[in-house]
Amino acid sequence: MNERLDTAAILPGLQNPVLDAQRIFRSVLAAISRPGTVQALESVPTPVPLNPASMAVCLALLDYDTPLWLDPAACAGRGVREHLRFHCGCPLVERPARAAFALVTDSSALPELEAFARGSDEYPERSTTLIVQVNGMESGGGWRLRGPGIPATARLGVQGLAESFPAQWRTNHALHPRGVDLLLTCGNRIAALPRSVELEA
Amino acid sequence: MHAAQDEPRSIDLQRRRRWMGLFARAPLPLLERMWNGLGDKPAYDYLRRPEAGLAMVRGRVCGSGGPFNLGEITLSRCVVRLDDGTVGYGYTSDRNPRHAELAALFDALLQQPGRRNRLESVLVTPVARELNEQRRRRAARAGATRVEFFTLVRGDD
Repeated sequence: MNERLDTAAILPGLQNPVLDAQRIFRSVLAAISRPGTVQALESVPTPVPLNPASMAVCLALLDYDTPLWLDPAACAGRGVREHLRFHCGCPLVERPARAAFALVTDSSALPELEAFARGSDEYPERSTTLIVQVNGMESGGGWRLRGPGIPATARLGVQGLAESFPAQWRTNHALHPRGVDLLLTCGNRIAALPRSVELEA
Repeated sequence: MHAAQDEPRSIDLQRRRRWMGLFARAPLPLLERMWNGLGDKPAYDYLRRPEAGLAMVRGRVCGSGGPFNLGEITLSRCVVRLDDGTVGYGYTSDRNPRHAELAALFDALLQQPGRRNRLESVLVTPVARELNEQRRRRAARAGATRVEFFTLVRGDD
């Protein structure tokens, strides 16, 4: 309880907390409502190995009610835990299944989607939202996406996820209304894979 | 834990608690005067910009020890970082972000080992004096309304 927070590595947060958080939230909402589109977020001070889009999402969406799981690469980053605890006040959890949000900074080491909380039939929203940093993300090529919010189909090309990802996503999609949702981030851009989306590689 | 190792830290902690409390209760004009009077004002940036909000105060039930929500208080807070990395915290129970900002700045300045002793007399003493003076005036005003009751012996015995 009296653990001292090492403040040396903490960076500044949002310049204008209320308006900036609302803007970020609207961008995330746009990404989730229109899967396959890529939204750009404003830059915020970001500790390595997070990217600015992941950082912005954390600052806008995390608080003391949302347990966060950090992947090993994020845990190893200097000041990452302190920065998140100071600005977001979020509890940090060891077990992915207990997390409301999961931050995966190394997409090649993304755990099996089954490891995370998938919600229940009564409360499907009590699932983990994954923030996954990928190496590249472009609309127009790559995966074929179909589902709510997508007129006909959308194309989204993503680099950095394992070969097994589309198969894992098929399993996740079949759980609907349960399942996890993904927010993909690259640099300062974000795209979303809500569980309602069908993905064809 | 070794008691000897904790002692210097706990003294420092007591001193810090004391000055943080004094700045939180000090009147803003006094703090502004002290800030303006500082010779070399430090450069700083905000880890948390001055803001006002609500905090839920929680208590513990004496019997069971369980926590409960007592009520909300308005709170202003600010966290600053000086050039050399020292972090100062200001938390004040009012709707005055500037108050929290100055409290944070003074907290940071007093943590710097070089400046502490000099600044303690410049910053802490005037505030302590002012708060004592306020307390004395309040007690005097209340004391003036004091009524002494005398009971007269009725003489039945």
